[in-house]
Amino acid sequence: MIGFENVRKEYPGGTLAVEDFTLEIASHEAVALVGTSGSGKTTLMRMINRMVDPTSGRVTIDGEDVAGMNPVALRRSIGYVMQASGLLPHRTVLDNITTVPVLRGTSKTAARERARELMHIVGLDPALATRYPAQLSGGQQQRVGVARGLAADPNILLMDEPFGAVDPIVRDELQGELQRLQRELRKTIVFVTHDIDEAFRIGDRVVILRPGGRIAQVGTPQEILAAPADDFVASFVGADRGARTLHIERIEGRDVIVDADGRAAGVLSAAPARGGADEDRADGTSASTAGQEPPR
Amino acid sequence: MNENPFTGALAWLADPMRWSGPAGIPARTVEHLGYTALGVLVAALIAVPIGLYVGHTGRFKGLAVGAAGVARALPTLGLVTLFALLVGIGLTAPLLSFVILAIPSLLAGAYSAVESADPATVDAARAQGMTEMQILTRVAIPLGMPLLVGGVRGATVQVVATAMLAAYVGAGGLGRYIFQGLGSQDYPEMIAGSLLVIALALVLDLALLLLQRVTAPRGTAVP
Ligand SMILES: Nc1ncnc2c1ncn2[C@@H]1O[C@H](COP(=O)(O)OP(=O)(O)OP(=O)(O)O)[C@@H](O)[C@H]1O
Ligand SMILES: [Mg+2]
Repeated sequence: MIGFENVRKEYPGGTLAVEDFTLEIASHEAVALVGTSGSGKTTLMRMINRMVDPTSGRVTIDGEDVAGMNPVALRRSIGYVMQASGLLPHRTVLDNITTVPVLRGTSKTAARERARELMHIVGLDPALATRYPAQLSGGQQQRVGVARGLAADPNILLMDEPFGAVDPIVRDELQGELQRLQRELRKTIVFVTHDIDEAFRIGDRVVILRPGGRIAQVGTPQEILAAPADDFVASFVGADRGARTLHIERIEGRDVIVDADGRAAGVLSAAPARGGADEDRADGTSASTAGQEPPR
Repeated sequence: MNENPFTGALAWLADPMRWSGPAGIPARTVEHLGYTALGVLVAALIAVPIGLYVGHTGRFKGLAVGAAGVARALPTLGLVTLFALLVGIGLTAPLLSFVILAIPSLLAGAYSAVESADPATVDAARAQGMTEMQILTRVAIPLGMPLLVGGVRGATVQVVATAMLAAYVGAGGLGRYIFQGLGSQDYPEMIAGSLLVIALALVLDLALLLLQRVTAPRGTAVP
């Protein structure tokens, strides 16, 4: 469990990055922080592993104030997937992934064995193990970053726009893999993104931030879509543009989902949704997405 | 004495008699290298830790740059003479001067090696849970190694070229030929001594250039 209690962060120089932020994140929960650039997302995330210390207020892990914890030990116990991968350029893929376990005293052999497993889990070709980061594509670097974040098997995983630097197709793939991983591993995840669709896909709950780390709305994707708290949220999630207003049209005997612009967004599966939107969402939506599964 | 001094110097060098014995070229070269190595080593023990500290923390930067500037501005011959007056004839005076001569390059090399590390990479290393010492030894130094070796290279070339001054106050090294030649107006010997010093400086410069290449961190230059 991660707690933010009236957290405020003022950087030297006077920027007020976070005004007064309070939030509780349950264990095994994935929370997505989403907001415009400069709204304090990274600042909030880095207060969890003490890369940033709050000016006032408390950040707690399982009730204990992180301010009293040794920062080095704390950071080694938390997986941190950084924006733009943050890999060490002079170390191979394998050595990057084993960084934290080796710091924690795991034997090199054991750490490497685990790293190879993780490479498989995040979908990296084993042949890439001896490459250097500069010899990888952006998407491969991001995957190495995710593998490194998972390497020490942390309970908490911080992910700062981990899929920001890749094209939409690879991003979609990585998001899918993260969802699959999370179903298995049940980490406590704090996920930062600019992209509301990504936030809805990854987050059990989504926190929509205004500048200054002010919370515009917290809730499940369903709650936010069903009842946007205000115009800011409505415009952020695209509800005002009708982008999220879908309707059903019957075409050639099938129920086709059509968006506000009249474009087909998917096909309704044979059995109509029985409520339980939560479980459905976890397995991919009940409507298959356009372009991915052409009708037979 | 009417012959061309350069042909004379070559003849002097070609004489097999000069290539053996305690005053022979090999022995003097070893002495010369020894002074150089000792001067650079002592200077490195002082300057490298300070440079790494200043580069990593950014503290005392102005002081270090200022001190290096002052050390650079001191005339080495003057220093050797001054120290010789203070501590007497022998090796101590020139060695002290060589140390002072070598410090600015080493300090700048160590400092810039660490300071050149990409702040994002250092931040990433810290965020993964490296201690400050681990960041220095496992990230900043490996990445900055060519600059660090570059500092050693600069210092070595300066000291090796200046180490002839050891003979000025009675010690050995290749400077012996130069000062002997100067004393007896034996220009071929003087020139031969200078040529040997120049050749040694070039060889060391090349060797350290190769070391700089070899220590470049893998993975940072994509072929
Ligand atoms: N180290 C720092 N020193 C001073 N100001 C900072 C520092 N880090 C961030 N800020 C400022 O704090 C505010 C919030 O920054 P933060 O990085 O948390 O935003 P963000 O929501 O992550 O933005 P982005 O989406 O662009 O990554 C910004 O105005 C930023 O300029
Ligand atoms: Mg950010």
